[in-house]
Amino acid sequence: MTKMKSVSKIVFAGVAALLLIVATPAMAEEVAVKIGNFTFGPQELKVKSGTTVTWTNEDDIPHTVTSSTLAFKSKALDSDDKFSFTFTTPGTYQYFCSLHPHMTGTIVVEAATGSNASPPR
Amino acid sequence: MTAHDHNEGPSRRKVLECMTWAGTGVLWTIAGGVPTSLGIIDRALAQQSKGFTFLQISDSHMGFDKPANPNAKGTLEEAIGRVKALPVKPSFMIHTGDISHLSKPSEFDDAERIISQARLDVHYVPGEHDLIDDEQGKLYRERYGRGTKGAGWYSFDADGVHFIGLVNVVNLKAGGLGNLGDEQLEWLEDDVKGRASSQPIVVFAHIPLWTVYPDWGWGTEDGARALGYLKKFGSVTVLNGHIHQVMQKVEGNVTFHTARSTAFPQPAPGSAPSPGPMKVADDKLRSMLGIASVTFKQNEQRLAIVDTPLQG
Repeated sequence: MTKMKSVSKIVFAGVAALLLIVATPAMAEEVAVKIGNFTFGPQELKVKSGTTVTWTNEDDIPHTVTSSTLAFKSKALDSDDKFSFTFTTPGTYQYFCSLHPHMTGTIVVEAATGSNASPPR
Repeated sequence: MTAHDHNEGPSRRKVLECMTWAGTGVLWTIAGGVPTSLGIIDRALAQQSKGFTFLQISDSHMGFDKPANPNAKGTLEEAIGRVKALPVKPSFMIHTGDISHLSKPSEFDDAERIISQARLDVHYVPGEHDLIDDEQGKLYRERYGRGTKGAGWYSFDADGVHFIGLVNVVNLKAGGLGNLGDEQLEWLEDDVKGRASSQPIVVFAHIPLWTVYPDWGWGTEDGARALGYLKKFGSVTVLNGHIHQVMQKVEGNVTFHTARSTAFPQPAPGSAPSPGPMKVADDKLRSMLGIASVTFKQNEQRLAIVDTPLQG
């Protein structure tokens, strides 16, 4: 019985360690952008590669999040709807609302540093 | 029906509105003798009894249920009730877009059910809210696009007037305004080429064709090119929606006019942090929603446009 317990403990520790290794890149940052008063806030955002950006529409009017190069494009977001995109390739991403194109924003993605750097997909 | 008639009493309210515009740095005037009156129903009716009249409704936003008007269906019903009560039946209706709020089938169904009660032909152009289904306008085109070109533009003649419905809500560019695009502009040039300059022209589209307030996207990037093709005509009337308030401008032979929404008001340019739906006191709402009637009379350059609020 005691032997069994210690074996399962070792297995558990092993799995936990494995999970930690696998999970590290996915645990990269999450950043929120608010859509309110027909503006993206913050309008310009700097993130590390691997970051997931989530936009939330807080207006009473639908908006979209549309990359100028169509690298990403949300559906029309009704009030309180969200859209997320994970940026894995460093670069500057201009985007706008395809319904109200005077609404523009920029995401600057910088290469992640250290061992956590994930290669572009 | 002279300009003088219209400038009595009722226009005082309009003048006050114009002063407000002046105060915010945008000058809109009712000068040029453009006959407009606000809220004077019997004058509107008197006018409708002469000449050829059509109606404009706009921005019904079926499905909108936010604080600015939790019952957009109800106010559209009231607007159609107004239409039904007219003693002289208008020839037809135009709808300048944003029929729905989110392009849902149920929203288009509600619009159809309510608007059809007017028992009038309706000529539609889409607003940006009508093209946000997953297939970017498939539902709109199925329901309203028959016999139209491209994203839904077309023209027709009625009582000697040439009507042109344009689409300026697709392929919008980052940082830009409304957009017509080359294909539509070439079609327009061709559409009006052989016509006599004496024929009155009515152009209707969702977003204003002239620049009302670029900071809020209220204008059309290539609108001037469209108007260039219409230069030779002696009477051009441009009818738009999108900004949920009445605005008028006269430039040479061209009269620009925007209609109220039947769903919710939007703020005057620059008077709020954003152009989003404006919440007003419940007893004020119906004075800021409404319909427009447009009357064409032979030998008069300008069409008489009468905006009628749901109340007040």
